[in-house]
Amino acid sequence: MAKRILSFTLNGKRHDGVVPDNMLLLDYLRERLMMTGTKTGCDGGECGLCTVLVDGTPKLSCLTLACSVEGKTVETIESLERDGRLAAIQEGFHLKLGSQCGYCTPGYIMAAEGLLRRNADPSIDEIRAALGSNICRCTGYVKIIEAVQYASVRLRGLKAAA
Amino acid sequence: MDALHEFDVIRPKTVAEMLAARKAHPASRLIGGGTDILVNIRRGIEKPPVLIETNEVSELRTIAADANEIVVGASVKLAELAQHAAVKARYPAIAEAADSIAGPTHRNMGTVGGNICLDTRCIFYNQSEWWRGANAHCLKTVGQMCHVAPKSKGVCFATFSGDLAPAFLLYGGEIDLAGPDGARTVALRDFYIGYSKQDGSTGDGRNYMAIKPGEIVLRVRARNVPGLVSAYDKIRIRKSIEYPVAGVAAAVKRAGATLADLRVAFTGTNPRAVLLDGTAALCGKPFSDATLAALDDLCRDQLMSMKTTFTPGTYRRRVATVMAKRLVRRLWDTAA
Repeated sequence: MAKRILSFTLNGKRHDGVVPDNMLLLDYLRERLMMTGTKTGCDGGECGLCTVLVDGTPKLSCLTLACSVEGKTVETIESLERDGRLAAIQEGFHLKLGSQCGYCTPGYIMAAEGLLRRNADPSIDEIRAALGSNICRCTGYVKIIEAVQYASVRLRGLKAAA
Repeated sequence: MDALHEFDVIRPKTVAEMLAARKAHPASRLIGGGTDILVNIRRGIEKPPVLIETNEVSELRTIAADANEIVVGASVKLAELAQHAAVKARYPAIAEAADSIAGPTHRNMGTVGGNICLDTRCIFYNQSEWWRGANAHCLKTVGQMCHVAPKSKGVCFATFSGDLAPAFLLYGGEIDLAGPDGARTVALRDFYIGYSKQDGSTGDGRNYMAIKPGEIVLRVRARNVPGLVSAYDKIRIRKSIEYPVAGVAAAVKRAGATLADLRVAFTGTNPRAVLLDGTAALCGKPFSDATLAALDDLCRDQLMSMKTTFTPGTYRRRVATVMAKRLVRRLWDTAA
């Protein structure tokens, strides 16, 4: 079976590795790089737990072949915190109790991060639509939406202050 | 789910390279977003030795939509089609259908070609190898019997669930194909051959596309009709994600109190996308409750949903019919 050298930007740094053609991006991140922040859920595109950003767009890493991110930019939940400070969206999930058991949270945070980058001031309906590929069995979603709203306000505040 | 079997991936940059790869590997399958085929591979349904990834073929990633025609490349992402300003303005049913497919993350991955060729689905088919094996498999894989219709005599009833097909059917959709014998364009109506009482087609849920070995879908196209207003609606178990329980695309043209044109197409009901026959006979007359009653009859006759999903076939046929009538009524009211 073919293997290939894979080069892509992972969380801001260039990464080179060797992957077999039949390896999924999720398995590459978790099993090879030991970056276990990205979670495995249904393994079939039904839950959104494995969401990562590829070139800034949310994608399901459980249905992405690792070899297909050649030359692209991949961002995982591990990329958000800076110098020990939580990103706005992480802070939102923390302060607004958007996370209960926490297993779905990395997927939600990456999907929300993708939304906030393209739309800094989303409406509730836009938040709901953007998080439609993710599933949470604990929160009932209200707190998750509040967390995204918090992050949106905070990010716009930071922008205005800068 | 099971681990992936061993396969090679080829990542062509041009259509010529794609065709060459297809020719060199007759048992290969195409992969775009992977949201359909990778799930099937993980369930042990398919074991292609080679996957040809279509995402880097830039000539298939363009959308052109003007007042006369819409042409969409097979590698265009569903999210790109759903958000395209000219498509939203001129071909609303197509944009709405694209926007209703699965969830937002899936639409960032899935492609137009993948949705047009979406594998037919069935509760006895979209299961793990272990599950299917415990049930003696089914006609669509290696089994001897259709569990949905045990007396089907070799006919598979798996349901076609792509959302784009009915929307393109409204506008006389066509598909550009390329293969070892050259390029050809096929009407979308003739492309889907899944078994239907009406046309006596030889296809079924297993053999649902009129595509020849080695052929690939390059583009899907459709022509605009001045004055036609269209929309798409669907019902599903989870509203934010999921394949359709039933989906309906409708288009209406209004001339004062007269219904000038009516087109209705469905997905999620038959082993193929269904463009309703007989709607022309309802046109040229004033729009009334009788129009909707006649539409009801056409649906009852031509939709043949079976128990291929969690909901009973009768429910899906009724819900598809009600959605069609509501949608046509709404389009009539909004069409000036």
